[in-house]
Amino acid sequence: MTGGSTTGDDGATAPSTGPQEARAAWPLWEVFVRSSRGLSHVHAGSLHAPDAEMAVRNARDLYTRRNEGVSLWVVPASSIITSDPDAKDAFFESPQGKDYRHATYYTKSEGVKHL
Amino acid sequence: MTTTVTTPEGRADHDADGERLFDELIARDSRIEPRDWMPADYRRALTRQISQHAHSEIIGMQPEANWITRAPSLKRKAVLMAKVQDEAGHGLYLYSAAETLGTPRDRMTEDLIAGKARYSSIFNYPVLTWADIGAIGWLVDGAAICNQVPLCRASYGPYGRAMVRICKEESFHQRQGFEILLELANGTPEQRAMAQDAVNRWYAPSLMMFGPPDEESPNSQKSMEWKIKRFSNDELRSRFVGMVVEQIRVLGLELPDEDVRYDEETGHWEHGPLDWNEFKEVLAGRGPCNAQRLERRREAHEEGAWVREAAAAYAAKRALTTGEGGLR
Repeated sequence: MTGGSTTGDDGATAPSTGPQEARAAWPLWEVFVRSSRGLSHVHAGSLHAPDAEMAVRNARDLYTRRNEGVSLWVVPASSIITSDPDAKDAFFESPQGKDYRHATYYTKSEGVKHL
Repeated sequence: MTTTVTTPEGRADHDADGERLFDELIARDSRIEPRDWMPADYRRALTRQISQHAHSEIIGMQPEANWITRAPSLKRKAVLMAKVQDEAGHGLYLYSAAETLGTPRDRMTEDLIAGKARYSSIFNYPVLTWADIGAIGWLVDGAAICNQVPLCRASYGPYGRAMVRICKEESFHQRQGFEILLELANGTPEQRAMAQDAVNRWYAPSLMMFGPPDEESPNSQKSMEWKIKRFSNDELRSRFVGMVVEQIRVLGLELPDEDVRYDEETGHWEHGPLDWNEFKEVLAGRGPCNAQRLERRREAHEEGAWVREAAAAYAAKRALTTGEGGLR
């Protein structure tokens, strides 16, 4: 496993900027929107903001102008840990050949009601 | 910024496994994601295209924002403000997508302000009357949609996803433009003449938005192989001409082009000659409004510095008093 955000920007520093370093890039935040109650938050995009509160406000302005959601998450991009893209095969290959994990694997019971 | 070997720009250019996977993903019409290996040229081409696209949205706010105070009604004012706000949003989505390729946002902004980066030539034309706002919505945003819908399937994931959001919002822009023109076309003779004049001036520049003819478009071939672009400049232009031919009838106006016709043999819409020298001049920075647009962008960035500084100072102060930078 290696660190890194879903957007590939590993470089965002922890949210801390001061007046002296006002020219430094603001950290990157990943934005997740829940479109309605009962559904999960889905990644909508990202934005830069000096702190979490501004990130939420900006996310509201940028990603929910048209009733897109009822709840927002913002996460510092630097806090997201992803699986290593180079280890894709080793990491995700285990389900292969395990068709018996799916209901459709069991054909002998076809036609039996309420099963 | 800390750089590790896994950041996009830190990846080695020669990676046999990565290259094999990249080729395979492109071949089976799947998507490339930020942390995948990709050829340096692919990264460069995308960074250029996406950042130019972002710059166009941001510069495109100017000609329309100039008309907010002069919109003919409160409703039109609200609509135009929403549209200009959308353009800002589109710019931000696209800068985010471009950033995933490894170029920081600030650098892209600096390049634009320094005049090193391009943006769509269309925004260097002056917006003379209220009818122009209609013609821009109908023709310019219409051409943009025609170009952008296939980009929703671009092989680079973050670009495609940004384009999906953008296309949804663009159709509102196009329809409000059409409505403005329709009302003017059915208004007084002066209003009707104003609508026709706006269409006359925006028609050719809109057709040129699709870029130079295929035989003079050096980047197209590669972009199509990489499945960034799905259709050639001329194909998209022809498709657009077919759409406006239908729509101008509803408006009851005329296209300033006697050569528009449908070619039964090729299945393409043909149009009259376009002034490609003018296109090149505008692209080279010698259009009617190039200097003004860039100067205004520079001013906005410099005069807005205090807002960014104040936000950063406020965040720092809050972090100090609450012990955290986040929400309580």
